[in-house]
Amino acid sequence: MEKLMGDLKVQIIETLNLNQLKPEDIGDDQPLFMEGLGLDSIDALELIALLQQKYNVKITDPQEGPRIFKSVRTIAESIRAHQGIN
Amino acid sequence: MKAFIRGIGIVSPQHTGNGKRLPDAPVDYANNFLTCIEPDYSQWLNPQQLRRMSRVVKMGTSSALMALADASVEKPDAVITGTGYGCLEDTGTFLTKISELNEEALNPTPFMQSTHNTIGSQVALLLQCRGYNQTFAHGAFSFEQALLDTLMLLEENPDQHILTGGIDERTQASHAIQSRFNKYRNNSPGTLSLFNTPAKGTVAGEGAAYFVLSGAPGNHAKAMINAVQTFSTAFADVAETRIREFLQHNNINPDDVDVILTGKSGDMEGDNQIEATLASVFQNSSVGVFKHLCGEYCSASSFALWLGAMMLERQEIPEIVLQKNVHRPMRTILIYNVYFRNHHALILLRSCHPTKN
Repeated sequence: MEKLMGDLKVQIIETLNLNQLKPEDIGDDQPLFMEGLGLDSIDALELIALLQQKYNVKITDPQEGPRIFKSVRTIAESIRAHQGIN
Repeated sequence: MKAFIRGIGIVSPQHTGNGKRLPDAPVDYANNFLTCIEPDYSQWLNPQQLRRMSRVVKMGTSSALMALADASVEKPDAVITGTGYGCLEDTGTFLTKISELNEEALNPTPFMQSTHNTIGSQVALLLQCRGYNQTFAHGAFSFEQALLDTLMLLEENPDQHILTGGIDERTQASHAIQSRFNKYRNNSPGTLSLFNTPAKGTVAGEGAAYFVLSGAPGNHAKAMINAVQTFSTAFADVAETRIREFLQHNNINPDDVDVILTGKSGDMEGDNQIEATLASVFQNSSVGVFKHLCGEYCSASSFALWLGAMMLERQEIPEIVLQKNVHRPMRTILIYNVYFRNHHALILLRSCHPTKN
């Protein structure tokens, strides 16, 4: 789980060009949108593409988005659930 | 029709980042292409704005903001952009991803920014400018079409301030593709030696330049654009006739042209055509060149317009530009750009300042 969250932080920084941040600047439970990292709706689409490209996770129900993309930990949990790992 | 150049912003392969210097310390490139010297964009754009912008978008938006600052204009009445190929880097990324990912899970940012009008719309978004916004993607005539549109708008309402630009980027992929057509030299001895070593082909370039244009001169206009025309021909005699007609239409004798700033590119065949026109029409004018400083690209005449305006404002022809000097004050400059032999463009520039005889 820790390794997956570390990988995700690197990938989020790279995908979203958050060049002023280092992986350790992103907290595991820090909100990604609004008051947290301040990501917006285009970033959400980039994260959806990231999950599909790197982890083969397809988000088919838009209602799931806010729950999955709440933080790095919730994204990692969704990936693990998709891969059948508890 | 006339448009006064009130402000200029430029990003080019030379040290022109502050928009005011003539290329007095020209940069030589050892390859067959020139690459823009990018300024510190954080002067104009915050990290949040910068992170999604590709290189050409940064070049374009920063040169637009430079031009507005130079003209002391906060918000223009219109934004008009000319670009031959638009945002090539993002187009390449988007198309590559389509192929690699079987058209699934595509990243939105390169898609959004792959269109030709990304730069003009980003400028408008940054400035919250809801006025007329147009992008001309007319190949090698894109910048000239943007100028013509500007001149027509100013004829309707001369008090407007219009932000008009020419932008194109060179990418590794586009350079590789265009090289297959033998457009560029195989061996370049250095771009500053482009005209000393006649050969087949030229060197590729890129650049972004925006101009604040108005029908009223204001207090500090740099130069005045009097006329713009484009035509296509592969024949020197047709080009000569069209140039003579252009001058006649604008009530100018060839001898009234103090400097002709030519789009010679180092390509032997194309330059011979231009030389024939110069020898026939402009025997008594000084001759300047600029493509060894910016390279060949669709909107290279925007670099020439910056150069010509600076020359008129300062009454000085940089040594690196000059091919022939008739030593007389500059009132009129004719930019005669030629893009790969067929696409000819004329921009007539006049001085706004009294000149000493």
